[in-house]
Amino acid sequence: MGEILIQCQDVWKYYGKKEALGGLNFQLSSGRIVGLLGPNGSGKTTLMKVLNGLLHPERGMVLIDGETPGIYTKSVVSYLPDKTYFADWMKVSDMFDLFQDFYEDFDREKAEQMCDVLQIQTNQKMKTLSKGTREKVQLILVMSRRAKLYLLDEPIAGVDPAAREFILATILNNYNPEGTVLISTHLIADVERVLDEVLFIQNGKVVRQEMVDDIREKEGKSVDELFREVFRTVPYGGGAADVR
Amino acid sequence: MEWKLDDSRPIWIQLQEQLTRMILTGRFRAGERLPSVRDLASEAGVNPNTMQRALAGLDAEGLTVTNRTAGRTVTEDDSVLDGMRAKLAHELIRQFYEAAEQLGYTREQALELLKRSGS
Repeated sequence: MGEILIQCQDVWKYYGKKEALGGLNFQLSSGRIVGLLGPNGSGKTTLMKVLNGLLHPERGMVLIDGETPGIYTKSVVSYLPDKTYFADWMKVSDMFDLFQDFYEDFDREKAEQMCDVLQIQTNQKMKTLSKGTREKVQLILVMSRRAKLYLLDEPIAGVDPAAREFILATILNNYNPEGTVLISTHLIADVERVLDEVLFIQNGKVVRQEMVDDIREKEGKSVDELFREVFRTVPYGGGAADVR
Repeated sequence: MEWKLDDSRPIWIQLQEQLTRMILTGRFRAGERLPSVRDLASEAGVNPNTMQRALAGLDAEGLTVTNRTAGRTVTEDDSVLDGMRAKLAHELIRQFYEAAEQLGYTREQALELLKRSGS
């Protein structure tokens, strides 16, 4: 713990003329579970994709374990995208084969055990699984790697509250303790207990980075409450005239 | 084990308070070995680092002793346990007086009330 795992310095990313990341700066140490929190459209998914090497920033420096995202970083980063990418015709066991071929750190036995606990048959085809089950299979694949960095983009958004608990427990019980887990979400109340640290992101910039227990101690509020305060928007009043 | 956590106070402090209570009420006995950090963390649904901080707090209070072979065990020193029990009792009494004063009672009146009730 304590070693710097991610370093982002003045990172800019544009989609056409629109800036998705606007000079983003932060550092993360290893051995932490970190929440990447921000309103819709604040740049969470873009940042995840930049860290994973799927998108290249126009400007700035990104280092993961001392390297720019590329072949090496892909071997130490385990990424859960915000969408499922499985082919319909594939079986769960086909996915295991694929992961085994691609990633040296994939622990197939662990993945099979997790499926067992959830009573997911590995000879089932992806298209026969429910949306929630597909998401669980994807999480199992991602968490069965012994990675240095887990990037989890909205891992709990599409599932019911009981499944959320299962997913969070899976993350807690299976991450590599020397590794760091970065979880992006807007469902803060559900995740805040498992977090060490939070990054608040807005308009493509990190606006606050803090240890969660320090927030509770200093502000006397939950991370969820603080988030609502920082990102409060005034509701549109329906056009009523400004009466003085 | 039952864990009750409130998200507006530091989680590690609450974990330490609840572990302390578990020790004082005999849920963990003197000399007993505590479960591992990871097991306790997963049971409480918190991050292992947070649980580690709570357990380090117990060590600092002397309620638990960490040693290389036996892991983390509850202290067998009764004076430490009694001291902690007294500390918690004093805290309860302080809270009682404070609440009574807010209701408009003096300390003497509050004490009188306490004596009359419950007997």
